[in-house]
Amino acid sequence: MSTFLGMPAAPPRSPFGTGNLRGDRTFPEAAHGELRNDQLRHNLGRATRTIRTKRLNVTGELPDWERLRDAGSAVKTDTMNRLPELLEQLEQKVTERGGTVHWARDGVEANEIVTRLIRATGSSDVIKVKSMATQEIGLNEHLEAAGITPYETDLAELIVQLADDKPSHILVPAIHRNRDEIRQIFLDEIPGVDPDLDNVPAHLAAAARAYLREKFMTARVAVSGANFGIAETGTLAVVESEGNGRMCLTLPDTLITVMGIEKVLPRYQDLEVFLQLLPRSSTGERMNPYTSMWTGVTPGDGPQDFHLILLDNGRTAALADTIGREALNCIRCSACLNVCPVYERAGGHAYGSTYPGPIGAVLTPQLAGMHAAKNDPNSSLPYASSLCGACFDACPVKIDIPSMLVELRHQHTEQSGTTVEKLAMKAAAGVMGKPKLFTAAQKAASLGRVVGGRDGTISRLPAPLSGWSDSRDTAAPPKQSFRSWLASAEGAETMRAAADEGARLTAETPEEDQ
Amino acid sequence: MTTSPTARDTVLGRIRDALALAPTPEVTVPRAYRTGRTLPDGERLALLTDRLVDYKAQVHPCTGDDTAEVIAEVLRERGARRIGVPDGLDEQWLTAYDGEVQRDSADIPAPSLDALDGVVTASAVSCAETGTIFLDGSPDQGRRALSLVPDLHVCVVDLSSVVAGVPEAVARLVPERPTTLISGPSATSDIELERVEGVHGPRDLVVVIRTDA
Repeated sequence: MSTFLGMPAAPPRSPFGTGNLRGDRTFPEAAHGELRNDQLRHNLGRATRTIRTKRLNVTGELPDWERLRDAGSAVKTDTMNRLPELLEQLEQKVTERGGTVHWARDGVEANEIVTRLIRATGSSDVIKVKSMATQEIGLNEHLEAAGITPYETDLAELIVQLADDKPSHILVPAIHRNRDEIRQIFLDEIPGVDPDLDNVPAHLAAAARAYLREKFMTARVAVSGANFGIAETGTLAVVESEGNGRMCLTLPDTLITVMGIEKVLPRYQDLEVFLQLLPRSSTGERMNPYTSMWTGVTPGDGPQDFHLILLDNGRTAALADTIGREALNCIRCSACLNVCPVYERAGGHAYGSTYPGPIGAVLTPQLAGMHAAKNDPNSSLPYASSLCGACFDACPVKIDIPSMLVELRHQHTEQSGTTVEKLAMKAAAGVMGKPKLFTAAQKAASLGRVVGGRDGTISRLPAPLSGWSDSRDTAAPPKQSFRSWLASAEGAETMRAAADEGARLTAETPEEDQ
Repeated sequence: MTTSPTARDTVLGRIRDALALAPTPEVTVPRAYRTGRTLPDGERLALLTDRLVDYKAQVHPCTGDDTAEVIAEVLRERGARRIGVPDGLDEQWLTAYDGEVQRDSADIPAPSLDALDGVVTASAVSCAETGTIFLDGSPDQGRRALSLVPDLHVCVVDLSSVVAGVPEAVARLVPERPTTLISGPSATSDIELERVEGVHGPRDLVVVIRTDA
């Protein structure tokens, strides 16, 4: 038992340099390259348009859609408020039903636990259900380094893995690839594939079926994520389409599930809300083809060895931020990506993180931080938005992403406090608060005229202020400040004249609009 | 000797710290969405059929007396000569079928189910509004592998087990049972968001709805 003693400490972010929560370039740098890719923009534009229409159709047909959103939002907020007791309850229920629960402080620890559990089975390969959490912690890379081969079984994840690529969308990770590219990837990478394979999606899907069938029938260990974990009953749920999830969750002897601590839900009844919100927001279907729900171990049915890993990896750091914690309510539907004008043009890779799009721009800095001193690409994410608000409207659990983006911009500006600009702003605030100092400063500022050009603007300041003048012109200070002009005889005369003029106009104006 | 805190203690401690640093007011969940809906038999049948057809599943309404005939006809049409059934499936349902029937048991290795032409199961609950069939591992539905590995799934649904919406369906479930929600055949939209029926799960889903059962 941990006893609460003394002052609470701010929980740590996901360790710097681990996992996939940080790109190697800032958003503008990465987007610059992506925007020149016509194929990518064409694929993305077509795909996001299609899914937007489908989503509006199926959310529009439910008369209580807004009430479902209200319920979903409140359930998640209530969950975060009661997280310790709910996780302890989930642990107790899973354990009672024959499962084993592990806790991981960060991705490194989770990867080590998964590796140890796989090694204990003697297996050198593992089949995987598409999972954001294992993508976030870089599990595949870790397993490969440990000599264990992970096989992604979701069609899009398989395409990404075979092409040694990175996912670019939460729901459709290969959204940046068209059918011709996918055909070529399969021809190059799938052993024994029919050389006459064409680009018809049904034929490409059949090729993936044939390739993975043997893996499903022989694999002894599977790794999955979880969409929901029910504290009340210990039930876990995975929502999917292809049946690869059912295969992984049913056929192997050992199942290892990695779940972020924020995925817990209080009651089994809460599924009635989320099984409506998630599919309609995500794929734009009334229901996804398959959902699997299991509670610990069932004798004679499915894996007899079940492990649940509860992952922190920066989630508690997000929880410690009154505004930022709302990002933890995300159910990974990806509706915000599909409505975002910035995502639609830049694509998912520009965000550099497992979580792209509007939710990624707020969740990634919450989990992994924004390191001012390291020119962190994550510091650029809160600016990857026009603040149009479409994401807020689309979110099934009503996450106010625009407000969070503004808050993160504020935090970024506050913490990047070592620049000369920042010091200048602080000095200005101090001076403006003291009239005598301010007057003196204005006198000094008129000396700035020497750097102004003939047009009265300063377009190039010397270092270290050159960064400021790179992006804007500054008006050169006038000869005389307003305050010194006002105190002069000329200023006093002008003010008197203006007052007389004002009094005369008031007297002449008929009283109409009272 | 001091022991370092376990990951469990550390994570729970961090959560308590976070909640102390950023306390938020208690919330009450507003459950103003539709629950406890009922619809007449005809409407539930029409709605469920419409949704299933939309998912490219085949639907055969029939009476309880015709169950065996309809199942046999479906299997004959598809040339299914060897099928698997859960151990608790009603024997009456197979009296018209002349192919080979393998009654499932836990000692049959799951990969060998791949050699079956199809599987016939019952179902626990269905949701009309979303076209979703719930299997819960009861003796007439079998273990999860049985309704997953074969490429053809013939699923029998009694109209009395069909409810209007998702809340009504979830209320009928037994949480501890391994539960599978099926809404049409296996599908993917991973290639250019074009829906393709049939990846890893059964590519052919036939639903026999018994309107008087």
